[in-house]
Amino acid sequence: MKKGKIIDLIFKITTTVFALTVVVIVILMIYNMIKQSMPAFNKFGLKFLTDTIWDPLAEKFGALPFIYGTIVSSMIALFIAVPFSLGAVLFLSEIAPEWIKEPVSFLIELLAAIPSIIYGLWGIFVLIPILRNYVEPFLAKYFGYLPFFKGEFYGCGMLAGGIILSIMIVPTISSISKDVFNSVPQTQREAALAIGATKWETIKLAVLNYSKTGVLGAIILGLGRALGETMAVTMVIGNCPKISISLFEPSYTIASVIANEFTEATSDLYISVLVEIGLILFIITIILNVCARLLVWSVSGKLKGKVIE
Amino acid sequence: MNNIRRKIINNIMILIMIISTLIILVPLINIFIYVFLKGISSININFFTKLPMPVGEPNGGMANAIVGSIILIILSSMWAIPVGILGGIYLAEFGNNKLGTIIRFTADVLSGVPSIVIGIFAYIVIVLPMKNFSAISGAFALGIIMIPTIMRTTEEMINLVPHTLREASLALGITRFRTTISIVLKTALNGIITGIILSVARISGETAPLLFTAFGNRFWHEGINKPIAALPLQIFAYAISPYEDWHKQAWAGALVLIAMIFLASFISRRILKSKYKIER
Repeated sequence: MKKGKIIDLIFKITTTVFALTVVVIVILMIYNMIKQSMPAFNKFGLKFLTDTIWDPLAEKFGALPFIYGTIVSSMIALFIAVPFSLGAVLFLSEIAPEWIKEPVSFLIELLAAIPSIIYGLWGIFVLIPILRNYVEPFLAKYFGYLPFFKGEFYGCGMLAGGIILSIMIVPTISSISKDVFNSVPQTQREAALAIGATKWETIKLAVLNYSKTGVLGAIILGLGRALGETMAVTMVIGNCPKISISLFEPSYTIASVIANEFTEATSDLYISVLVEIGLILFIITIILNVCARLLVWSVSGKLKGKVIE
Repeated sequence: MNNIRRKIINNIMILIMIISTLIILVPLINIFIYVFLKGISSININFFTKLPMPVGEPNGGMANAIVGSIILIILSSMWAIPVGILGGIYLAEFGNNKLGTIIRFTADVLSGVPSIVIGIFAYIVIVLPMKNFSAISGAFALGIIMIPTIMRTTEEMINLVPHTLREASLALGITRFRTTISIVLKTALNGIITGIILSVARISGETAPLLFTAFGNRFWHEGINKPIAALPLQIFAYAISPYEDWHKQAWAGALVLIAMIFLASFISRRILKSKYKIER
């Protein structure tokens, strides 16, 4: 009997140690990245965040163009992806009959399984020509008075980056908001229908009202994914560190500057600067993730045992 | 009058929802069609058997990259699967406390960390001390990406095992350890395998964390402490090159990659479906 107890104890300790690995990994990540970015931080301080000149040869490093490119491209992505994903999920979970719901949900899930590199390949050879030949001339012709749609049409640039990101975050936003909508009690809907509400009024009153927080969580998770997305954006955004209000102009994001320049970084300071940029991205995504998980967890407690990606 | 207005609004909103669903499906279907058509027209037997050729020479392939990707997947699975499964067992069996919540939360947060940041981490802790790019550092980065998925799926699947099964075993005086291994894990095995397949599918397409860890290699691999080729890395290099011939190879690579990933998600879906049927 005693032997069994010892084995059980060893079993518990072993699994605990392995479970703690994730915590250790996250702590080590934070520690190592801070340590590695110290030289850059000591040299440039907080001015690093507001400088706009990026000239590695002259050892001038300003991160603002990358921060700008990351935020703006992600905002474009949210602007496009949020309404369409929510519309689609509401249709699938509240209105569509079973024979549409099943296959379409499966297709949207497949969208999440496509690797970033394939989106990038498609972006280069399909999306960019379409943008250059049709979409950008159209926008310039009819909305050219807005500062966002001025300049040459390259195809690649901020607009292409934003659009490819919007396609990529659709599955994130829709799968989580689907879970949130499903956690709305059926009685809420029945109550609305019983007082004579139409389908849309039921959705507005019972479903959306009840799940605001969770949907916000889903949107923040989508934002987190957009901010950190690397390959697809690198392949279509043009990779040019400048700040321009026009969406036709090439831009650069934090993730893509790391992807492009890390292996070429010759000096220790250069590496340290790139790690510091990576650290900024890491901290932003951690904060967003923590907020989003708390929001989603708070609405649907049943998500506790569920894998969210 | 008012009722008619409400009905019209209702129909307009439903129409908008249907249109958004269709719009979401357009890029997806477009991507499938392009990858399939462009890939099928450039794929041939050389692609699977030959090394990459210099520009202009025909009959090059990506054999080394396919082998490289398989090696990377095996190396990362070797450490990530045990960590993920044992961690998942902890969460399901002993994790009903504060520590469990912290670990669960950290795992969820870790799965949201951009893969390029994980690549930087692997670079700092493995590439810098070893002073060269290597297969190990790539597998280290990919493993970190796998762990949260495997851990949370394992937990979820173990939680699906009926409590009565566990209690029946414990009531016979069998130890917790034996119960978990022989009863609980055996019952949850299908689901756990699904989680593993999904995480392998995910890392087989990962490119960003390999850029400065596995680095890529135009030749056969020379050992796990040397740079190694990977399919996504090769697709990336070819896609941004200016050569028509290399673009074709990139599409062929994309087709192979996407076929592997979809096969994996299809299999795991089948496994899960059959399991849930028994459940109900």
